Amino acid sequence: MNITGKARLTAVAIIGALALAACGSDSGSGSSSSASGSGNANCVTGSIKASGSSAQKNAMAEWINAYQTNCSGATIDYQANGSGAGIKDFINKQTAFAGSDSALKDQDKTDADARCSTGPAIDIPMVGGAIVMAYNVSGVAKLILTPDVIAGIYNNTITKWNDPKIAAVNPGVTLPDATIAAFHRSDSSGTTDNFTKFLGTVSASSWTYPHAKDWPAAIKGGQGAKGSDGVASAVKSTANSIGYMELSFAQDAKLSTAWVDNGGGAIEATSQNAASTIASATVTGTGNDLALKIDYTTKTGYPIVLVTYEITCEKGLDAALVPLTKSFLTYTAGDEAQGKLTNLGYVAITGDLLTKVRTAVSSIS
Amino acid sequence: MSTTVEPPGAPAPATAAAGIKGAAVRRGDRVFLGLSRGSGIVILVTMAAIAVFLVWKAIPSLQANTANFFTTSEWSPDANPAFFGIAALTFGTLMTALIAMLLAVPVGIGIALFIAHYASRRLATVLGFITDLLAAVPSIIFGMWGIEFLTPHLTGLGEWLTTYLGFIPLFKNDLGIYSRSIMNAGIVLAIMVLPTISAISREVFVQTPRAHIEASLALGATRWEMVRMAIFPFARPGMISASMLGLGRALGETIAVALMLSATYDINWHITEPGGITFAANIALKWNEAGTIGLSALIASGLVLFVITLAVNMSARIIIARRSDFSGAN
Repeated sequence: MNITGKARLTAVAIIGALALAACGSDSGSGSSSSASGSGNANCVTGSIKASGSSAQKNAMAEWINAYQTNCSGATIDYQANGSGAGIKDFINKQTAFAGSDSALKDQDKTDADARCSTGPAIDIPMVGGAIVMAYNVSGVAKLILTPDVIAGIYNNTITKWNDPKIAAVNPGVTLPDATIAAFHRSDSSGTTDNFTKFLGTVSASSWTYPHAKDWPAAIKGGQGAKGSDGVASAVKSTANSIGYMELSFAQDAKLSTAWVDNGGGAIEATSQNAASTIASATVTGTGNDLALKIDYTTKTGYPIVLVTYEITCEKGLDAALVPLTKSFLTYTAGDEAQGKLTNLGYVAITGDLLTKVRTAVSSIS
Repeated sequence: MSTTVEPPGAPAPATAAAGIKGAAVRRGDRVFLGLSRGSGIVILVTMAAIAVFLVWKAIPSLQANTANFFTTSEWSPDANPAFFGIAALTFGTLMTALIAMLLAVPVGIGIALFIAHYASRRLATVLGFITDLLAAVPSIIFGMWGIEFLTPHLTGLGEWLTTYLGFIPLFKNDLGIYSRSIMNAGIVLAIMVLPTISAISREVFVQTPRAHIEASLALGATRWEMVRMAIFPFARPGMISASMLGLGRALGETIAVALMLSATYDINWHITEPGGITFAANIALKWNEAGTIGLSALIASGLVLFVITLAVNMSARIIIARRSDFSGAN
């Protein structure tokens, strides 16, 4: 094969272009002037990894973006691979902190304490969420449900929308004579765990299944969809359907959400109503471990809530990781960051609980 | 094969490495032999490593299991005590794969036949290109397309089957809901394995000796009779091989099925009702939140899938071996 001079020149040009592209610098690294935003004077440089709950994925993404924009030289990498995987990563010293929908318990607690050589592992609640009942029934602008009715729908004792039990709580509303298409999560999820915990606590006579991350296998009927976005999209595209998901997913899909009557009148599924339930939770952990016990029987706030914890070491985290972890978590516990949560469809931590959260974060060393 | 007559008194040639009796061994031959032998060994070592890993990691959950692993449908390995079994998983996997094969094999072979012997050259090229393009679509796209677009449109088919064929228990539907069913997942799987079956069958069809084809045409056979007499007997091992490859993909397809099925852990013969779960989809859905025993249980189910796929491929090899003259395996 004869290689002509022109071909040779072209080859050199292509190789040169590729080499120059490879040498190009990343935009923004090192040369950025820090934005004069709300002045996060607590900037620290470094790089940490975190992983865990996908429920707080959007909140984390927003916070990381804000923190990194304000503090050049800091890199935080959050992988939303699930609470279980996040805790395993933390125990295996792959990450600086883990995001989890449930607090550490049993063997995981022992392993996590062992990972933090000199101090205990602590759960710090950082992101709250409301589990809403999104529905797609045409002509029904406002739907009220009680925990017993929700349990009945999901354990297949209530099968039609115009069942007397639903009509009893919705006076004056015309409900269609149609089968209810109830959607649950087909994958393991902290949302399912908290939802079934709520049903098991408040309507124990109708809901006899233990709470778990997997939907109870004993229930026949209902359809499963993968991920909260899967459930949202299923409810959106199926007539006469209902599904449980976090508020942010229902808002994104523009689905109507049901009001929940826990015995004290119907309460709308909003961020503010859920915030009061979270703020009134009791702390079951000791010292700076803020594992919470939510009062699902509350009659004044929206009762179906969940909290995502950041799990890290109070003492004993690797010295290189402590400054940035502490600085980032201080930011996320701050007013500005918590204020962003409501816009994203999450629920902010407020009141005394927020003070305890800040104390716990400041004790990281 | 060539034979050489050795001249009397010549030194004994090195035959072991040469393959061709009597030829001297050159360095290039030795290098090539080493490389190909090495590749074969790498494959065997990889397979062995996978098998050992699966068995090793699966043992803790099998020891902790309080239920019969093969006959239980429920899946709660992280409960206390652990209680899980693969009955529902096996049923779902085999059922979806069966539906996929029943739909994909006739259509795939039909496409291959059309491209190889019926279509004009230009049409054949275009059609072949498009069929191969289907193989390039990622599985997750199939899953999303299946659940968002295809499932609502298959409700009509489900209703038709229930109305006219409802006396067959397979097509009965007690719930009136036709989405997220094993039948829908099987249909999407059929579309996914179609390009594999079609491409390999096509290659085998065009290799039919022209002499056979022309002989049958000369004897007065119609085109279809020619296909039946000359092409199918020749191509049978190849078609079986293609179907087995497609079946392998159908058995192991993960994310598309995870998106399309409703994940219920029971053996439900009404394939148009929502429900069902397969080995691979179960692993995809439960992996992230699984505890230690849960992970081990998922790996145990992966081991079962590995064994099933191995069994399927081995039976395919046995079938092909009967026509060893035409098989690439020899």
